[in-house]
Amino acid sequence: MMSDSKKDCFAHGGVLLFLFALQFFLPAYHHGNMARIMVLASYAIGYNLIFGYTGLLSLGHAIFFAAGLYGSGLAISQFGFSVGVALVIGVTAGCVLSAVIGALALRTEGVAFMIVTLMFAQAGYLTVLYFGEYTRGDEGFVLAHADRVLWGVSLSDQTSRYFSAFSLFCVSLIMCLALVRSRFGKVLIAIRENEERTQMLGYNVVWYKFCTIILSGSISALAGATYALLFGYVGASFASVEYSIYPLLWVLLGGAGTVIGPLVGMIFMFYLIDLSSGVTTAYMLVAGLVLVFLAVFAPQGVMGEVRSRMWKWLS
Amino acid sequence: MDFGPYLMLAIMEGALTAAVLALTASGLALVFGVMRVVNVAHGEFFMLGAVLAWWVTQLAGGSPVLGFLLALCVVPVLVGMLAAFVDMTILKRINYDPERTIVATIGTLYILQQVTLMTYGPEARPVAPPFNARIALPWIDMSDGTLRLYWPWGLSITSYKLFVIGAACVVLLGLWSLMTKTKLGLLMRATEQDREMALAFGIPVQRIYAIAFGLGAGMAALAAVLIVPIQQAHYLMGGDPLLLSFIVVIIGGLGSLPGAILAALLIGLSDGIISIFFSPTLAKIFATLFVAFVLVFRPKGLWGTGKP
Repeated sequence: MMSDSKKDCFAHGGVLLFLFALQFFLPAYHHGNMARIMVLASYAIGYNLIFGYTGLLSLGHAIFFAAGLYGSGLAISQFGFSVGVALVIGVTAGCVLSAVIGALALRTEGVAFMIVTLMFAQAGYLTVLYFGEYTRGDEGFVLAHADRVLWGVSLSDQTSRYFSAFSLFCVSLIMCLALVRSRFGKVLIAIRENEERTQMLGYNVVWYKFCTIILSGSISALAGATYALLFGYVGASFASVEYSIYPLLWVLLGGAGTVIGPLVGMIFMFYLIDLSSGVTTAYMLVAGLVLVFLAVFAPQGVMGEVRSRMWKWLS
Repeated sequence: MDFGPYLMLAIMEGALTAAVLALTASGLALVFGVMRVVNVAHGEFFMLGAVLAWWVTQLAGGSPVLGFLLALCVVPVLVGMLAAFVDMTILKRINYDPERTIVATIGTLYILQQVTLMTYGPEARPVAPPFNARIALPWIDMSDGTLRLYWPWGLSITSYKLFVIGAACVVLLGLWSLMTKTKLGLLMRATEQDREMALAFGIPVQRIYAIAFGLGAGMAALAAVLIVPIQQAHYLMGGDPLLLSFIVVIIGGLGSLPGAILAALLIGLSDGIISIFFSPTLAKIFATLFVAFVLVFRPKGLWGTGKP
């Protein structure tokens, strides 16, 4: 009989192995979709750290994703940096921005925290529109294939794109798993469950929250930067309110506070919208119905239900 | 045009914005005050008001006056009933938990918006104003040491815009007397102050919640019916009123009605005047950052006395 901790590691390792093997079987269309899903799921993992584990509901994570997206996109299109440097610039932008916003927003709590994060993200979105000369606003800009080459490998090629997305997802998932299994992660969960008691036990609650916001913002920015490099498109819609709501939706659907939940929610939502957009242009109706359904009937999400019913050891 | 008349025009337009905003925002403030939840779908109730107003005036046929009057009476009630239904079927089940309510109202937002897209379509459609006489306004000119009244070209307002400003004042006065003078207002204020105590005194809190939610949405719908002859009805029109109402409610102090009305006046007037000097996008950036900083450093609002 395996220990619970080992089971947990094996389960997540199995998922990664499965995702790696998947690329050899998938048809071209779904191959591209899975690459996109893994990048956006990494964004959701970043969001899950702050929402699922620490219990802070941010409605403005799009600003971090967009910081990575525009940080690396503009570094290439405006300054002609190489891919590696652009990636670093994107993540740094997200890291700095999350530190600033975190320091301000953590002075508030509850509903005020949600509105403050929403407002900062909205200001970010408007800033992108305001500098339309460089960002091309809603229309966005495209990064040329020739500019997206890392160590001699073209990132726009299908196989290397899948592999890059997979690497990003591996890094995010392993980081998240290691974090939530560490002492630091346990403190975060304690904050989510009972903030006053955690504070009384002598933990500096605000400091833990602050570090988590920076970590979460940086992972989101990394996902955004990777998105720009892999898919070569940078547009203002990624900075809009919708892209702050999506990770909330994916995480809630998959199970807030589970490591694998963001991926599950992302896959489910992606194909739900993919299928329904074939039927109607009003595909966001599906997102709305799912949100209401989740809020009312299944606040734990898919993996949350799985954990509470079957696999109690799941991180 | 000289600067003086130009400023006067901006103030007039600002007063119109302020009037509509005060109606929309007081609905949001009412819901937040009584129920302590943030209704993210508020802007969609505004949008529904405009779209239904178009629908009702189409049904009424030729006469714009009849159609408009019908819309003014029927639409806010319809939207209010829909909102009360949302409250009873969704919000009640999640026990008004603040975070789950936000998720649920975001879902409601998308449902209302997309159902409108599927039925009403993506077009922006105008509603004919019931009356629309152009009223030229005079301006005082100082020349050669004597005061002279003259009518500069372009300085005018339509009678309909004046009517909107007047109607908004009447409705707000009505809301104020509803809250302070009637039994229902008393029950709402009691629920606002202490939910548990209100329950203990036998106030049907559940019904008060449904009424407050419906009334709040009805206010938004009423504002939309008033503005739709000036601004066309479109399924995405709910975004801006939501954002502006948020700003107003936060600056005025969460849940405080007089604060919200005062803030609406400030925002509406300054919006008209600021957009003369700055680009509208830059003005919006400043406004959103301003709200964020007010919440961070003065969580009770600029003049708020309410609980943060």
